[in-house]
Amino acid sequence: MAVPKIIWRIGFWLLVAFIVFMSVFPFYYAIVTSFKKPSEIFQVSYWPTSFSLENYKSVLTSGDFLRNIWNSIVVAVSVVALAMLMGITAAYALARVRFRGRGALLLIILGVSMFPQVAVLSGLFELVSGVNNFGTRILGINLSNTHWALVFSYTIFTLPFTVWVLTTFMRDLPMEIEEAAIVDGATPWQIVSKVFLPLMWPALVTTGLLAFIAAWNEFLFALTFTSSASMRTVPVGIALLSGSTQYEVPWGNIMAASVIVTLPIILLVLAFQRKIVSGLTAGGVKG
Amino acid sequence: MARIQLNGVRKSFGDVHVIKGVDLDIRAGEFMVFVGPSGCGKSTLLRLIAGLEDITSGEMRFNDQRVNDKTPSERGIAMVFQSYALYPHMSVYDNMAFGLRLAKGEEAETRKRVERAAEMLQIKQYLDRLPKQLSGGQRQRVAIGRAIVRDPQVFLFDEPLSNLDAALRVATRLEIAKLHHDMGKATMIYVTHDQVEAMTLADRICVLRDGLVEQVGTPLELYEKPASVFVAGFIGSPKMNFFSGAHASPLGAHTIGVRPEHLLAAPESAGTWSGQVAHREVMGSDTYLYIDVGGPELITLRETGISGRNPGDRIALTPMAPHYVHRFNEAGRPV
Amino acid sequence: MTAETSFSQAPPPEATRRSRLTAQRIRSAWIFLTPMMLALALVAGWPLFRNIYFSFTDASLTNLGAAQWIGFDNYYSKITLPSGREITSGLLVDPEWWRAVGNTLRFAFLSVGFETVFGLIVALVLNAEFKGRALVRAAVLVPWAIPTIVSAKIWAWMLNDQFGVINDVFLKLGLISEKVAWTASPDTAMTAVLIVDIWKTTPFMALLILAGLQMVPKDIYEAAKIDGVHPVKQFFKITLPLIWPAVMVAVIFRLLDALRIFDLIYVLTPNNAQTRTMSVAVRENLFDFDNFAYGSAQATMLFFIIALITILYITLGRVRFDGGK
Repeated sequence: MAVPKIIWRIGFWLLVAFIVFMSVFPFYYAIVTSFKKPSEIFQVSYWPTSFSLENYKSVLTSGDFLRNIWNSIVVAVSVVALAMLMGITAAYALARVRFRGRGALLLIILGVSMFPQVAVLSGLFELVSGVNNFGTRILGINLSNTHWALVFSYTIFTLPFTVWVLTTFMRDLPMEIEEAAIVDGATPWQIVSKVFLPLMWPALVTTGLLAFIAAWNEFLFALTFTSSASMRTVPVGIALLSGSTQYEVPWGNIMAASVIVTLPIILLVLAFQRKIVSGLTAGGVKG
Repeated sequence: MARIQLNGVRKSFGDVHVIKGVDLDIRAGEFMVFVGPSGCGKSTLLRLIAGLEDITSGEMRFNDQRVNDKTPSERGIAMVFQSYALYPHMSVYDNMAFGLRLAKGEEAETRKRVERAAEMLQIKQYLDRLPKQLSGGQRQRVAIGRAIVRDPQVFLFDEPLSNLDAALRVATRLEIAKLHHDMGKATMIYVTHDQVEAMTLADRICVLRDGLVEQVGTPLELYEKPASVFVAGFIGSPKMNFFSGAHASPLGAHTIGVRPEHLLAAPESAGTWSGQVAHREVMGSDTYLYIDVGGPELITLRETGISGRNPGDRIALTPMAPHYVHRFNEAGRPV
Repeated sequence: MTAETSFSQAPPPEATRRSRLTAQRIRSAWIFLTPMMLALALVAGWPLFRNIYFSFTDASLTNLGAAQWIGFDNYYSKITLPSGREITSGLLVDPEWWRAVGNTLRFAFLSVGFETVFGLIVALVLNAEFKGRALVRAAVLVPWAIPTIVSAKIWAWMLNDQFGVINDVFLKLGLISEKVAWTASPDTAMTAVLIVDIWKTTPFMALLILAGLQMVPKDIYEAAKIDGVHPVKQFFKITLPLIWPAVMVAVIFRLLDALRIFDLIYVLTPNNAQTRTMSVAVRENLFDFDNFAYGSAQATMLFFIIALITILYITLGRVRFDGGK
């Protein structure tokens, strides 16, 4: 007995509706909550009932939230730039040059990118506090008030990811173009900088975006290596956002903050949808 | 101008031996064509000469200088790739100037050389365009132009016409012949699987088979005195007819080869072979008749003009003259 | 014969003498790799080594420099009291640790299992042709784009026992009779974590599987249709075997991610023994309980447990990392 076609169609569209609903409802609900007046927050409502900017005003003016956003931007941008710089040349070597140990090296890079970060936490902590102490005692600089520790530690996931994805992209560039450059007398560095780099822009945007999102979302290191509230990044800031008393969770503020930090990322992801999907599949690594 | 000598050159990729010991002397200023079926090693041999692959063993000399260890740019070669391999992000001008700029040439001199090459190839009006704004034929010219500006000792072409359509291929072939004439002092090595290109362009042809040189000679030598059944079958179009067994024994050899243009239709009694017309192709200037003489393959006969014979007709064949008969022994070598 | 015999293919045999070009390329390659290798050694290799070292010491958070070598005591030690009673201590006999290991494994297998199934369904939907597919794909990406901490907070709010929308809906639908403290109650905490994690990472799975699906040639389906193969049979006999390599790669990436989960649990269900995973336990011991050396021992063990699972998965599953591309 074949199921009638119409049942199939209805079932399919119900499934699509369910998928869409499940995907967007939580964020929709966060937006609805964030625009509520503080007095209305504890009444469940499915539709926007009021439009109040009070939560936004409160989260942006009190505390360090703006400062947290700035920290996140500085850290994410620096670590992506650093990873790109080291990643492009490394990817060229891994993708285009045949040498002994290349396979093993690729395996190590893949291994590090899938590393349980908690396994290096104690060692990193020793390193970071050691350098910070050195800064205070010998150089007279308070390094714990800079972003170096986060930029440094985030390299553990941004760098292998960048190298891995760029290697897969670089492998797909036509070999004859490189050979033409060799015949033209280009050195490996000139091949990378003058021939491949201009061809790699789409790949660089994809990789950079994914590495940026990963750095933007990171929590464990940010929680461990930031000593003061003013140095926190956004995820830590939101996780530790507290109300006037210990027992009151400021849900309105948290939702407003969540919307503020998520909206740009969602827009970015939707704008670069295709590139991101190609990057994810090339790297097969969580962004 | 460079003379290129290969002495016992071998190339292996792991356990795969691609070039199995090639001795070859390419004269200075010569247009040499490497031809052979796919997989014969002709492109690899070209890449060994270019310096893009390491030589496994043997020696290569340019003008009596050993070049095994030299990089492509040190060897003074220029190469035109099958896919053109233009830099997609650079204008035509920058594509052609890239090599000179890397060599830290003076910009004025670079400009002069690029413009001269562009003039020669009639691509001057495209100098500011990107490769993607050009047609296949124009890209091909840019690729050749990029080779010319380097003023190389040796020009290498790796199947440069295979991406062009048939009409453009003929036109570009003529231009490459003209280029060789204009740049008289450069040695040119050209790889193709198309024997027509080989015949029309080459001063000398090197036929490769399975990583070894089968025969080297002028097009005419290869056509008239093929050194093996393989060369005989490979050079010439349509392909040479081969007779074996009972069909060959009357002429006293293991295999007999006669080109379609050297066969005559004879009276039934005077024919060396006889059979039935199986198929007819009218080309206008010629007619090809495919005749079943009872052998494993149909025999091709070329008749000038439009033949009056039809499929099903009985026909007897005979060579035009004794010297058109190629005799080969069991090993495929001429007797 | 043209592209196949390129210099970026098979390794050169021992006999081949390297030309200047090859030598120059290999030299440059190592120079190009040096910054990356140094960075990885500094940020991954050295800290991992120090972590393992600390696990054999009595290091304390406040005075790392004074750490003394104590051998395997953090892992296992046995003391015989004067009364003759034997007391064993250390990680290997620590029920709390093994509970964390159990929680982690349960979480990882359940979440990845569900994600694979849901991801497969979403991918099949996105692979079908229908009006508005681009919009649906965009919608599916939303959970992936939301930072983990933010999704933890949003879901914490939705799962809130007093004011949460989930309790509201479930009460109205009659699925529950009274409000449930989803994140705090020991019975439901793991479910809550699983729901959020599955919600957040199914899009990743779906996208990777979708990429695999799109590589299946269309004419295979057409041939199957002409042969009259039933759609369900077609899925299990044709589609699934073809995308299996892609699924296997996606699963290993997700599995490794799930095995090290920390942030979601730390924020959604803090201080809950039912959801405390290995990573959460490690961080607590390192920085909250001042058991730095013990935490390091846990971290070391976590590293080897995950490494073991990975090796088992890759060898048993015959994962080929190029199969997913």
